[in-house]
Amino acid sequence: MSKEKKINKNNSVGIVKAQGFNFESLKLESGEKFGPVTLVYETYGCLNKDKSNAVLITHALSGDAHAAGLHEGKDNPGWWDDFIGPGKAFDTDKYFVICSNVLGGCKGSSGPASVNPKTGKPYALDFPLITINDIVNAQKCLVDHLGIEKLLSVVGGSMGGQQVLSWLVNYPQSLRSVVPIATTIKHSPQQIAFNEVGRQAIMADAHWRSGNYYDGPAPSKGLAVARMIGHITYMSDKSMAEKFGRAKKGTGESFKFTADFEVEGYLRYRGDNFVKRFDANSYLYITKAMDNFDASGGRSFEDVLQGTQVKVLVISFKSDWLYPAYQSKEIVKACKLAGVETTYCEIASTYGHDAFLLEVEEETHLIKHFLKKMLYAYEVTGDYGA
Amino acid sequence: MARKDIQLDHQVILDLINPQSTVLDLGCGNGDLLYLLIKEKHARVQGIEIDEQAIYKCVAKGLNVFHGDVDSGLAEFSDKSFDYVVLNQSLQQILHVDKVLSDALRVGRKVIVGFPNFAHYKSRLQMLFLGRTPVTGALPYQWYETPNLHFLSISDFKNYCRLKAINIEQSVCIGQTRRTQFLPNLFAETGIFLISKK
Repeated sequence: MSKEKKINKNNSVGIVKAQGFNFESLKLESGEKFGPVTLVYETYGCLNKDKSNAVLITHALSGDAHAAGLHEGKDNPGWWDDFIGPGKAFDTDKYFVICSNVLGGCKGSSGPASVNPKTGKPYALDFPLITINDIVNAQKCLVDHLGIEKLLSVVGGSMGGQQVLSWLVNYPQSLRSVVPIATTIKHSPQQIAFNEVGRQAIMADAHWRSGNYYDGPAPSKGLAVARMIGHITYMSDKSMAEKFGRAKKGTGESFKFTADFEVEGYLRYRGDNFVKRFDANSYLYITKAMDNFDASGGRSFEDVLQGTQVKVLVISFKSDWLYPAYQSKEIVKACKLAGVETTYCEIASTYGHDAFLLEVEEETHLIKHFLKKMLYAYEVTGDYGA
Repeated sequence: MARKDIQLDHQVILDLINPQSTVLDLGCGNGDLLYLLIKEKHARVQGIEIDEQAIYKCVAKGLNVFHGDVDSGLAEFSDKSFDYVVLNQSLQQILHVDKVLSDALRVGRKVIVGFPNFAHYKSRLQMLFLGRTPVTGALPYQWYETPNLHFLSISDFKNYCRLKAINIEQSVCIGQTRRTQFLPNLFAETGIFLISKK
């Protein structure tokens, strides 16, 4: 999202390389069988002997498998580099950290831009409509492939948090704990509405051509506008005022409707940059998966959680109006009623939804101690794999 | 079994709680009491706390804690979720005492309430001779900065329990360093009550 990242070389995981995992097929929630499937993933740290220290990180809408460290010859670190590395929240001296690009994504995993082996052309809209549960089912195949029976934790913010909740509901026996951050059991009409405007912007771009743009110019204008809307919803009124104020770019005479204000320039820059690294069809598929997601599956979330032994840490942010704290409190309420061991903290941040990427100190404190407790419990009870 | 390193009110509460119980602490602060309950009583505990910095301290102790206010935090629990609900030094800061206490008695099989005694002789003397709002060890705040909303005495609480048909199972009245048996409403700084529904 909107953070200018700095890398501290002393506690970086260093140079990392993405890996691919291919499997034959995945049965989708719709009943359709999709395959072959590729998931691109990265890992940091070492898996211990009894494979009890694995943490899965789930990324947000525009994220990818590159969560930490640097790719050879590149100088932009992974999207959660502040949190993953020696001594950080996900201490790679202690934990084995996995992050994979979601199914439907465009950073190496199978998605609408991938080549359909049947036609030799990109799937485009022939790619099946996927769900958050499908994304998680694919991740489960990867985790199985890595030989991990029980994850120490699954952690993610925003859409990553939706995946966390899906893990909690669908694979409680394969988890020790979960950390859903700035997320929701299901999208509110407001969240769906913002996503729909983004989708409409893409589909209104003449270059979109019903998704068949891979042999020509991409619907870049539409995708850039979708991203601009996204960025507005990720910030708070206050963080925008602090970052941009009403400052204007340059001092010269302006033409009509150029980006005069700093905030306009910023949004255009963000939009233009995004189209270089993201596929418009992926944006459509993934936002739809987010909107359709309901962790409770139509039941009460409390009933769904009944009897689970998974420990939960819920984090929200005061100024987040896209995924407001009340949505996190609904998760907490269900945990309370289901008797699930839960900790909840609403961090007093002014960054808006972006806070989950930016409030390093507070989140690190919470996650670090929570994970330590999870790891420690293994040693005390020795019930891993039991 | 009193130990020097444990605050006296915490020791009293520890003694009231059976081993291996489930405990909800409303307004758990830094989590010191909950930590003791785990260590000394092998209790399963949950805290509720409004202060963010206190939450971080609880989490560092490995405690489960909800960030939220006591007034609204209880309603979401089902009946008899815990063996004990503890309100130590938080009752006097709660907006809706009546609602919270009746909810606490619903959510917990038993409730432990600890509060500063406003009728302690030092408070009475300050009122009588200085004509000023008392500031004492148990009530350390000036009138303009106190978080306390309610000022009650040990007699007030006993009277309240009688009116509301609440059963007082045990009451322990303490000064700063020891228990006070003699005229507790005059000589005790803090009252700790174990109560339950009749």
